[in-house]
Amino acid sequence: MATTRLTHHISHQFDKELEDIRSKVLAMGGLVEDHIQKVLDCFARGDFEPAEYVAVNDFKVNALEIEIDGDCTEILLRRQPAASDLRLVLAVSKTITDLERIGDEAEKIARLVLNLRGAGGMSSYYVGMLAMGHHVRRMVRAALDAFARMDTEAAFRVAQEDKEIDTETDAIMRYLITYMMEDPRSITRVLDAVLSVRAFERIGDHARNICENVIYLVEGKDVRHVALEQVEQELRAARD
Amino acid sequence: MHGPASGQPTSLTHGVDIKAIRRDEPQTERAPESTECLRVHGLTLYYGSKKALNAIDLVIPERCVTAFIGPSGCGKSTLLRCFNRMNDLIDGVRIDGEVLLDGQNIYGPGINVATLRRKVGMVFQKPNPFPKTIYENVAYGLRIQGMNTRRVLDRAVERALRGAALWDEVKDRVHESALGLSGGQQQRLVIARAIAIEPEVLLLDEPASALDPISTLKIEELIYELKREYTIVIVTHNMQQAARVSDYTAFLYLGDLIEFGKTKTIFTTPRKKQTEDYITGRYG
Repeated sequence: MATTRLTHHISHQFDKELEDIRSKVLAMGGLVEDHIQKVLDCFARGDFEPAEYVAVNDFKVNALEIEIDGDCTEILLRRQPAASDLRLVLAVSKTITDLERIGDEAEKIARLVLNLRGAGGMSSYYVGMLAMGHHVRRMVRAALDAFARMDTEAAFRVAQEDKEIDTETDAIMRYLITYMMEDPRSITRVLDAVLSVRAFERIGDHARNICENVIYLVEGKDVRHVALEQVEQELRAARD
Repeated sequence: MHGPASGQPTSLTHGVDIKAIRRDEPQTERAPESTECLRVHGLTLYYGSKKALNAIDLVIPERCVTAFIGPSGCGKSTLLRCFNRMNDLIDGVRIDGEVLLDGQNIYGPGINVATLRRKVGMVFQKPNPFPKTIYENVAYGLRIQGMNTRRVLDRAVERALRGAALWDEVKDRVHESALGLSGGQQQRLVIARAIAIEPEVLLLDEPASALDPISTLKIEELIYELKREYTIVIVTHNMQQAARVSDYTAFLYLGDLIEFGKTKTIFTTPRKKQTEDYITGRYG
């Protein structure tokens, strides 16, 4: 059942607590998105400063995860939530894990970028992954929007995009392999690029996970490890 | 997709078809794995001109715990009392529809209410032991049935007290007054008294609401044990208790059965908004 948060709890304090973890998740999402953007700025501008910022500031993402996790524990303990409230707490708890991992991947990319500093700067093959990186950043943004609006249709669309990311990854990987074959001396540096592409791809997976959490939160359906076509069918059945 | 392999899930699941497992869940919420014990069909009850229950249809599965939840005055205790015809004692009650116990309508002609109540035992909110010894409380139902052989009674009393998880606490003082027991012990004594005559169904009307938390947990533990042998129907105001002890939950509101289903479903993904509002504390 699609549950919109129109009615309030008898306990207004409880409303406030749930609203609080929701907005903290969005704040954490904003932070993570900003880190991805900063990493992409490095590629676009050939500038290392944003990467340094991300490498140094990932602790903020981790701290938010711990804080929200503590809030969830407290709500479970004090309120023993049921139905949509329970699903919200569980979805939040899972989503922040995904966000924290996205943060880790962004940090990983930032450190790989910083490796390039002493190695003659940004190479042309790094530019190739810029488009993919932007695609992934838009996915994260859309997943968070879907979470904020509890919009399962939007969540489903984002989950579908993960497939495209996987295809893009394969294409870029093939491209990077040709570089390595042409000039074995480049292998060390191209490997960094391979790892970065892999990290972007993982961010896409986590964005998809967040979307699955949104579908669980709204519809009560666990769509992990379910084929997209079947998810679509279930969502349509739930709407009818 | 979780895990590094984002394409095919098979590598993560070692060839197990997750979809097949997921589809295995019963589509119906009608107690499929359990045979039915009580079937309520079109049950409508009036107190005078006031309709307290409105055309209730419900199947209570055998050897499971079914909880009735709902706000005060929703009819859950009234419905519970229909199962052993306790409402007969109230003036101005009119009942339409049927309640089938093992296929037989308990409101049909030729039903012996005393026999019915032997099959359907009941425990109330406040423990109500008789002002007799512990032993005599438990033996009471059997004595009424004409059982007076000491040896048989001894065995039945011990069995019932063990069944009610009270034996170890009272075995040295079964011939002392039951009124000397604590509230929680008294409630378990009343349950022992109810199961001494080996009923099929146990009706529990807020059995733990007058007890402290530890006694409450003991009663809940007992309910868990008892469902191996008895069909249990429990009315409770405490939703966490319903979630803890029951296999199936029925939500009633203003005399209507709003939703009935597996407890896990009711408490995680209820289908009706009214159920959702009530169990999440949005009601009122």
